[in-house]
Amino acid sequence: MLAHTMTEKILAHASHQPSVRPGQIVDGYVDLLYMHEMLALALKPFNEIGVKKIWDPSKCVVTIDHWVPPPTPEVARMHQAIREFCWAQGISRFHDVGDHGIVHQLVVERGYVHPGELVIGCDSHTNMAGALGAFAAGIGATETAAVMATGKLWLKVPETIDVRVHGKLAKRTGAKDVILKVIQTTGDDGASYKAVEFHGDTIQAFPMNERFTLSNMTTEMGAKAGMIPSDAATKRYLEAAGAATAYQPLDADPGAAYLRTYDLDVDAMGPQVACPNNPANVKPVGEVAGVKIDMAFLGSCTNARIEDLRAAAELLKGEQVAPRVRMIVTPASQAIYRQAVQEGLAGIFLEAGATFTSSTCGPCFGGHMGVLGPKEVCISSTNRNYPGRMGSPEAQVYLGSPYTVAASALYGQITDPREA
Amino acid sequence: METVLRGRAWKFGDDVSTDHIIAGRYLTSTDPKVLGEHAMENVDPQFVKKVKPGDVIVAATNFGCGSSREQAPIALKAAGISCVVANTFARIFYRNSINIGFPVVECPGLPEKVKEGDTVTVDLAAGHVVLPSGETMPFHPLPPNILEILNAGGLVPKLRAELAAKSG
Ligand code: SF4
Repeated sequence: MLAHTMTEKILAHASHQPSVRPGQIVDGYVDLLYMHEMLALALKPFNEIGVKKIWDPSKCVVTIDHWVPPPTPEVARMHQAIREFCWAQGISRFHDVGDHGIVHQLVVERGYVHPGELVIGCDSHTNMAGALGAFAAGIGATETAAVMATGKLWLKVPETIDVRVHGKLAKRTGAKDVILKVIQTTGDDGASYKAVEFHGDTIQAFPMNERFTLSNMTTEMGAKAGMIPSDAATKRYLEAAGAATAYQPLDADPGAAYLRTYDLDVDAMGPQVACPNNPANVKPVGEVAGVKIDMAFLGSCTNARIEDLRAAAELLKGEQVAPRVRMIVTPASQAIYRQAVQEGLAGIFLEAGATFTSSTCGPCFGGHMGVLGPKEVCISSTNRNYPGRMGSPEAQVYLGSPYTVAASALYGQITDPREA
Repeated sequence: METVLRGRAWKFGDDVSTDHIIAGRYLTSTDPKVLGEHAMENVDPQFVKKVKPGDVIVAATNFGCGSSREQAPIALKAAGISCVVANTFARIFYRNSINIGFPVVECPGLPEKVKEGDTVTVDLAAGHVVLPSGETMPFHPLPPNILEILNAGGLVPKLRAELAAKSG
């Protein structure tokens, strides 16, 4: 029997075939379809297709995350349309304002994603759910409508790139630094149309929150999916999230054929920063240390989990954000927000002079709640820094870990967190 | 669907992201007309004023990288662009374009041969681009399932027709 990658095994399973090979076009039956405000844009095509009911409301999850709470009447109307649709269609897993979260975080923390599944989300960072051993890929609005109508979508089985990471990282260095290094190596289109699988002792040692950050930013390699084989840490996470336990992990066979293998030795590697205006323009933090900042943003699906907030609080406790710098802390979900309040992290941020907001994508995509003006410089825990991403096209965005963001906020300039 | 597209070329480099194509601040709109008025504004604020219906975008690698916003191809289509030809595309932009019936073609090497303002002819059925000199640049013909979607005018008309055939 031929050896297969995770992608091939999951897509064979999802398309009800004994096996599939890269390049083959298959119809994949979706285990989970999740949506945010993009659903509003999918309503018109959905109605035009001409079906009345979605294929299976129990396989759908909806929340709102990009603009929460709504900043304009247009957005409020969008949210209304989503609400009405979810109620009419019987989507019970609709998480409205107050119970919401950035959708990628919400679906994993609520236990909606399981290893071996075909997960489709109407957002490019759906890759994040691949950290649980699922094949998770993003689509646009029209295709979301098509999946709601039919429960399936066409997929070209991608070739897989194997990324092996070994070694023990330096202090205050983590998955964000590793994935930035990987993106520097591959370029921001190095995995276009391909799937990525992570292996190696560094990955195995990462807790789930770090794995989510890794898979999340495979999108910035151009990848269709970014997967991590499930193991004991996955199982513990799923149990804690109250996920169904009857899942079937589909991990790669020994000897599976990869298109390419990257071996990355991260022994003693320190923090990394992506410089304007490309997530692949990565340098060790020491080379950009001293760049003055106007804003520090800790948020997004990439790095705003409770562990990220704890890391930032470790540096900010009893300290003050530098003069002339504003810091915005935006948890990735309301569950994380509640926990941050209970653990006293919210108090630490507020005492330090930071703003602590309810969960939203907001500043990450230049939408609201902290948009950059012309020539402003920001250090951000998010995943993209293309021109105009966080506001003015003339703003300069640097991407780094929560530690790097917090250290930079304290000193008013990009700072190596090991020295903070 | 029109399979021979002819228009002036607008040239762009590598990594034109969806943030370039339509900025996040306009995503509160789902109206193609509004989106079209702001196409490429982050790169060239005058772009939509200069474009004529039928014009073609010729770009280098990784066109449409970044977010999954379908507003990106919608904005280009609404601005009058008939087709994008690039060395390579980012995956979701590619799928979104096909799904809304907006032709996108990978023709590696074309950008080096085309100057801004050149009139080019993109022949989707024949699988080549004709340059002003008369030279032709071949590209891999689109896979049958993609051609089927484009011919139907997009994924929605295709599914609608299939459903009608089933129930009829
Ligand atoms: S936080 Fe940013 S990257 Fe994540 S889903 Fe929201 S807009 Fe996209």
